[in-house]
Amino acid sequence: MMRFLLLFSRQGKLRLQKWFTPMSEREKKKIIRDMTTMVLSRQPRSCNFLHWKDLKIIYKRYASLYFCLAIENQENELLALEVIHRYVELLDKYFGNVCELDIIFNFEKAYFILDEFLMGGEIQETSKQIVNRCIESSDMLQEDDSSEWYEVELFG
Amino acid sequence: MSDVVEKTLTALPSLLSLDSQPGSAKLSSTSKLGNLIRGITELTSKHEEEKLIQRELTSIKDQVSSPNTSMRQMKELMVRAIYCEMLGYEASFSYIHAIKLAQQGSVLDKRVGYLAVSLFLNESHELLLLLVNTVLKDLQSTNLIEVCMALTVVSQMFPKDMIPAILPLVEDKLNHPKEIIRRKAVLALYKFYLIAPNQVQHIHNKFRKALCDKDPGVMTASLHIYLQLIKENSEGYKDLTASFVTILKQVVGGKLPMDFNYHSVPAPWLQIQLLRILSLLGKNDQSTSEIMYEVLDESLRRAEMNHNITYAILYECVKCIYTIQPKSELLEKAAKCIGNFVLSPKINLKYLGLKALTYVVQQDPKLALQHQMTIIECLDHPDLIIKRETLELLFRITNGQNVTVIVEKMLDFLRISKDDYTTIDLVGKVAELAEKYPFETMNTVFSLGGDMMQPDIPNSFLKLLSEGFDSDEEDRKLRLFAVDSYVSLLQSEPNKLPQRFLQVISWVLGEYSHLSAELEPATVMTLLSKLLDLKHTSSETKSWVLMAMTKLCEGGVAISVAQDIYETHSSSMDTVLRQRAQELQHLSQDSELRGRVLPRDAGLMPLEVDSSLSFLDGFVSEALAAGAAPYKPPHQRQEELAQAKALSLEPYSLSLPISMSSCSIADRQSPTLMSMSSGLSGDSTDLSHKGGSTTLKLDGVKRVWGREGYLAQREPVEETAQVEVPSPLRSPSQQAEADSTQSQTPTPTVTPELEQDKQQLASSLFVGLGSQSSVCLMGKSDPTPQRFRRKAQGRASSSGASEKTPTSLGSTPSPVDNLLCNSLLDSNLVSEPTNQTPQASQSLDTTNGNCHEELTDVKENNPSLIHNNEEPDKPKDLCLSSHLPTELSGLSHSEITPLCSNQSVNLSACHVQKEDSLQLVIFIFNSSDSALQQMQLQVDSGELKVNYCLSLITDSPVEEVRSHSVAVCHYSVTVKRPSVHVEVLGMLSYQLPGGTPQTIQFSHKLPLTTFIRPLTLSTEEYGSMWLAFSQDTKQNLTLINDDQDPLTTTLNVLKKKLQLHVVEIIGVEGIVACQLVQDQPCLMHCRVHAGTLAVWLRSPVPDLPDCLLYHCQRALQEH
Repeated sequence: MMRFLLLFSRQGKLRLQKWFTPMSEREKKKIIRDMTTMVLSRQPRSCNFLHWKDLKIIYKRYASLYFCLAIENQENELLALEVIHRYVELLDKYFGNVCELDIIFNFEKAYFILDEFLMGGEIQETSKQIVNRCIESSDMLQEDDSSEWYEVELFG
Repeated sequence: MSDVVEKTLTALPSLLSLDSQPGSAKLSSTSKLGNLIRGITELTSKHEEEKLIQRELTSIKDQVSSPNTSMRQMKELMVRAIYCEMLGYEASFSYIHAIKLAQQGSVLDKRVGYLAVSLFLNESHELLLLLVNTVLKDLQSTNLIEVCMALTVVSQMFPKDMIPAILPLVEDKLNHPKEIIRRKAVLALYKFYLIAPNQVQHIHNKFRKALCDKDPGVMTASLHIYLQLIKENSEGYKDLTASFVTILKQVVGGKLPMDFNYHSVPAPWLQIQLLRILSLLGKNDQSTSEIMYEVLDESLRRAEMNHNITYAILYECVKCIYTIQPKSELLEKAAKCIGNFVLSPKINLKYLGLKALTYVVQQDPKLALQHQMTIIECLDHPDLIIKRETLELLFRITNGQNVTVIVEKMLDFLRISKDDYTTIDLVGKVAELAEKYPFETMNTVFSLGGDMMQPDIPNSFLKLLSEGFDSDEEDRKLRLFAVDSYVSLLQSEPNKLPQRFLQVISWVLGEYSHLSAELEPATVMTLLSKLLDLKHTSSETKSWVLMAMTKLCEGGVAISVAQDIYETHSSSMDTVLRQRAQELQHLSQDSELRGRVLPRDAGLMPLEVDSSLSFLDGFVSEALAAGAAPYKPPHQRQEELAQAKALSLEPYSLSLPISMSSCSIADRQSPTLMSMSSGLSGDSTDLSHKGGSTTLKLDGVKRVWGREGYLAQREPVEETAQVEVPSPLRSPSQQAEADSTQSQTPTPTVTPELEQDKQQLASSLFVGLGSQSSVCLMGKSDPTPQRFRRKAQGRASSSGASEKTPTSLGSTPSPVDNLLCNSLLDSNLVSEPTNQTPQASQSLDTTNGNCHEELTDVKENNPSLIHNNEEPDKPKDLCLSSHLPTELSGLSHSEITPLCSNQSVNLSACHVQKEDSLQLVIFIFNSSDSALQQMQLQVDSGELKVNYCLSLITDSPVEEVRSHSVAVCHYSVTVKRPSVHVEVLGMLSYQLPGGTPQTIQFSHKLPLTTFIRPLTLSTEEYGSMWLAFSQDTKQNLTLINDDQDPLTTTLNVLKKKLQLHVVEIIGVEGIVACQLVQDQPCLMHCRVHAGTLAVWLRSPVPDLPDCLLYHCQRALQEH
């Protein structure tokens, strides 16, 4: 099972956080701090896996953004890397040439996509087409109402 | 694909940095969130950011509470509030509005509302209760999107207590026509199963329906639940194996729709899930494993494409193949596959290769041999993670011959490791290895591991020194060596040594420095006294030092040193130090007294402790006569204090019974602990109880330091001798393979010397692995195997927990020795945990069931028992239980636990609770091929009254047991003196035909609870008895708080687990009674006070209240 997913920038700024198990605010803060320092201090050409307490941390950098996924000990590291990659692909398909700014300004969309992809710390839907169809069907409802403030960003 | 993404992403990175780039034009200029984000990026200091956000939050706060704000605006405000929270600023005022938005908004507002709720609140937040209704409404909605959202939020976070409210609705969704809803419902139920398994128990058959769903997505989702269920109970799902295999076959064969493909690999997540389930099902089960061989082979074959995802599948396949019952062809293929991982230039794959090797190397050490050069490369890898994993692997292949090098490598890593978690883990591992290993390493371990290591490591080390080994001469050398090495350490730089190490040093010097002829006590005294002057020396260490000096002060110079020390420390603020200084001064003046108080080599002498402190009686009565206040036990003082101040100052936990249990169960007290604690722990009750039951028992303690410890000086010499023969282990083909590895590494130009270094390292690391190599090695150097045979013996003797006569082991037939010595690694394989039969335990009633836990506890503390059961023909519980005496056979009995065994006999025991006594049954199984003659079993205990009932074979105590048959002895036992665990000691003597008489000893612990019976009383009788009893104890216990009436619940738990009789419950008070067989009552008065249960126990029997209290506490903790 996955425990949490964090997205942060090269400067260590948090961009997205998803916790799959209950966690106190203090723990969350500590984890975020630990993850950013650990991951950002990794040398290039190191492997993408780390240990943190009893968890495995799988991270991958896409341009300026780090994706950092914590999984339980018996899980498969390579598969977790592919979870990250599939998420990036989903974001890319939705935003079209996704960049960090898309995620900053439309973070709620990034959350919605994540919720269609993972649920309760497990993979829910791996198909790009289906996840997209789900998100778009919700967005369609939105299009009727063109005064929406972020409409402009999404479709304009 | 990833390349494309990465390229496009790298084209844009500068966008984020500042505002004026063209990228910002792309962003909405109208969005308030956009403005906020841009505003923040323009700022230069944290302080400014804080100001800006606070302003933003104030404005959001104003708007959300305004009645004119529409839901749409609210949605926008929530997004901004989420953003502020993500930056680390609290926006708790918006939580309630997030819930409102989820409740009242349109479908899309709702979505943001739910998102905000799931980000803001966690499962225990009280506001979540307000969400329950919304979720209920949405689950019943006809709008699919609303249903989806509700299911999503439910699986994200939902209060545990409220699950029953929505469970029926979620269950209904399993029949929903839309597969996406069914799938989400299954995942939501999975989540419920994780947080509250008993609430979804009734729908297990619905899970089966989900498994058979026509939509593969729903089926995949249900596998999460099945993995969990099978993890907990693989027996119950064996029938599904064939179905899982069929599913996997279809997936691998590409029968699923294209939608499930990931980079043209069919449903990899599903494949891996299935492989994981199969490996759980096939573990230790030949017939189930056989069903899956074919599909595993197919999976290995199909996963050929060079992509991460196929490697992920392969890795899981390999793990599965090595977990289930082995099949040689598959193992061969899996080993090849691991080779591909290890040799891969991709670092992630290499890492997984090492992990896989670590996983399989215990079964197949030769595999490590094949990859030795790669492993050595990885040992020097710049990436610490790789290095750490390599050490893990080396740790698994450690044997007597390579331990030196491996420990060195681990210590090297410790020096650079910054992470506490890793350090603790690694220090533990090093210590484990060092337990078979010389002093230099232990010194390094003490210095580096420092005060972070577990306290029992130095204790067991000292114990080993004091216990010694078989020969006095060796012991003397060992101790002398320790003294010499410590003296030289103290002479160099003592200020850098950690406290624990200093304590070890002082004890050793105090005890053994007289062994060194050229060492004057005064020299040692001076060295030690320097420690007292060091700034960082803790007062605990100082008292160790003073204690050591007290043992040493002899001769003129020493006495004057002692005098000096006394003068400096006699006015110390620390009372313990002051007392030690006093003792030092006093004993240095009176050498005759010192000889009596601190005799030399007293380590092994049993220490008699007068638990009642009777020698002080005179002193006490004098003091009382002189007008001193009488002693009040702590709880009495406490109560008076509480009354005086109306403030509860009770301790958090029960210190006394816990320390008792730790001593009686763990049995790991060291001589040092004894010598120090009398002075250090001002609390003498602790000791007095210990003394009652155990007089510093040294047998039965694992002997952790093999005598090889002493062979320190010789080892390096042999090492170099081995190295001079250039890698005798490696066949030409391996050489070639290793060379090819070499060429694949990033630095192909390795200088010849470097190469040679590595080969040397390899030969020292991988020595003793694999059968051929070890044979060839033994042929070369005779002394080595000889040494290890001795070690193997040493371990064997230590594992026979109660085996007091190591000499008898020396006479064990040699084939056993050779087996151990030829393959130390293989012996690990043989010692699989003994089969416990769940069937036997199922039939037991709760009380006996309760005993199990206690007994298994005992067993865990005595791992040697389990390890020793390597005999293939060990009788199983089930067949033993058929030997129960007829009058007991109808009654339920506790689990049959092994007591001890040797080559010819196995002893096990169980007990049966009867109303007026406890029946102890001992089974003697003759596993040898000849009959045991003149067998005599003696059972004895200081705390128990043991009545011999009968033996099944003959009535006479002297008897014969035929080969491979069982004799049963049956005793009726009652308690003479209560203690937390009552120990039965026994000895079996027997004779093999034509052999000498042999004895085997054992001990068996029975928890006091097995002797407790309910005592039925009326309230009036209780009242009069209460006043008559003198022994009492008070303590606060945790209250079980999951009910309207916590007192009744708690008492019922106690009643059930400990067989107490609840006499009456009046309001917040309850009275309980029980008796110890036979007729030793104990009364308990309970009162709920400030959220805890204040209990007061009274009994005419000393120690009974304390012991019972301990069990009450445990029962409640376990609940």
